[in-house]
Amino acid sequence: MSDIPDAPKGPIGRFLAASPDGVGKTIAVAVFICLLASMIVSVAAVSLRPIQEANSLVDKQRNILEVAGIYEPGIDIQEAFQSFEPRVVDLATGRYTDQFDPATFDDAAAASDPELSVELDNDPAGIGRKALYRTVYLLNDDQGALERVILPVHGYGLWSTLYGFIALAPNGNDILALQFYQHGETPGLGAEVDNPRWKALWSGKELRGDGGDGDLKITVAKGVPSADMQAHQIDALAGATLTSVGVDNLVRFWMGEEGFGPYLENLREGGV
Amino acid sequence: MPQVKRELLIDPLVDNNPITLQVLGICSALAVTSSLTVSFVMALAVIFVTAFSNFFISILRNQIPSSIRIIVQMVIIASLVILVDQVLKAYAYEISKTLSVFVGLIITNCIVMGRAEAFAMKNPPIPSFLDGLGNGMGYGLILMLVGFIRELFGAGSLFGVTILPTVNNGGWYVPNGMLLLPPSAFFIIGLLIWFFRTWKPAQVEKREFTIQTAEAH
Repeated sequence: MSDIPDAPKGPIGRFLAASPDGVGKTIAVAVFICLLASMIVSVAAVSLRPIQEANSLVDKQRNILEVAGIYEPGIDIQEAFQSFEPRVVDLATGRYTDQFDPATFDDAAAASDPELSVELDNDPAGIGRKALYRTVYLLNDDQGALERVILPVHGYGLWSTLYGFIALAPNGNDILALQFYQHGETPGLGAEVDNPRWKALWSGKELRGDGGDGDLKITVAKGVPSADMQAHQIDALAGATLTSVGVDNLVRFWMGEEGFGPYLENLREGGV
Repeated sequence: MPQVKRELLIDPLVDNNPITLQVLGICSALAVTSSLTVSFVMALAVIFVTAFSNFFISILRNQIPSSIRIIVQMVIIASLVILVDQVLKAYAYEISKTLSVFVGLIITNCIVMGRAEAFAMKNPPIPSFLDGLGNGMGYGLILMLVGFIRELFGAGSLFGVTILPTVNNGGWYVPNGMLLLPPSAFFIIGLLIWFFRTWKPAQVEKREFTIQTAEAH
């Protein structure tokens, strides 16, 4: 090699001049490209994460405002959000707990913390682990009386876990709104859970029969509801059976005994 | 040389458009064109990715082993796409939620791979960059045209600003709801191809075979 004129100098020069199809060079190029690309991607991901998290928090707050029906385009989200009172609920007893600071309590982290969550045997919502404590958002009117209760719900649809909020009247039975803020369902089919017309179907429905004292009856199903289900059945999404089943399961799970059931019972009886 | 560079940029807009002539990248053109804002951001993302993937692949072209060249191209393209996705999530959160998986799917956009393999592997960095820019703009042009028609007649607005007040909001315009559904983009792209080929008959492909007339028995 060395007697060729203009022979490349140094290890890098020799490497660059080598035929790219040799085994050694193929592996070296692959490793180099992968390392370089992964470094660029990690730097971007890590350096942009704080901004992304701030966005995601504002988005969540905006969704809480929307589900509570007080969102208008252009309002200061963080300021409007101050009117909510976040509280942490102990799901087992259905009462507020002061064990955690609602401002810093992280629902997502609690759901995977072995101390703060349980593995579910009967898991219709497909969430694996259930946190023992959840943050709820209370909206009080000017006189300080409870006006709306916003509860977080989540569960598995077709492709993804749907995360959302359900807004209830203070009697813990009348639904005011349901809204998902994060999901990965099929655009045009399952993603129609975001369609305002479908969301509007939830308003005015009741969770339980007999004005709140009966069984949990709320359901998402196709077809014309029978007379006693008029107030409890939401028409399923066309072409998105599995997403509809997922929404049905997650709402029934979180509104049932395993979820916010005890809390809602306390609400109905007027004392949490 | 300046003439050649201009051709690299201008040619893919009409004469060699990746969507209407080569019929590549159709899936994302169907999915993201229901509003102009989203089409615009998607177009910018694809222009960025095609231009820079062509540029970097062209720099490395003499070092890329031919046995793993497709994978190497994919790694470069995928990194750029993740970069775009992360930046959108940080600075255009709402739009990134609407675009959702389609930003990630730029990786599989045939235009990006096609230009990398067909052009950047054989040409120097600057022409490759211009070629990527041109093809990205060709894609973006069609996206904007389709988005313009779909948003104007489907929702009565452009860039979210109401142009034709719809009946639902107390106006007079009855929007064509079908235009908001992805299949409508098929019709619009089909009509655009027809229009382009009538305007530039050179784009009409030759028949692969002629239908034989049956002989009388």
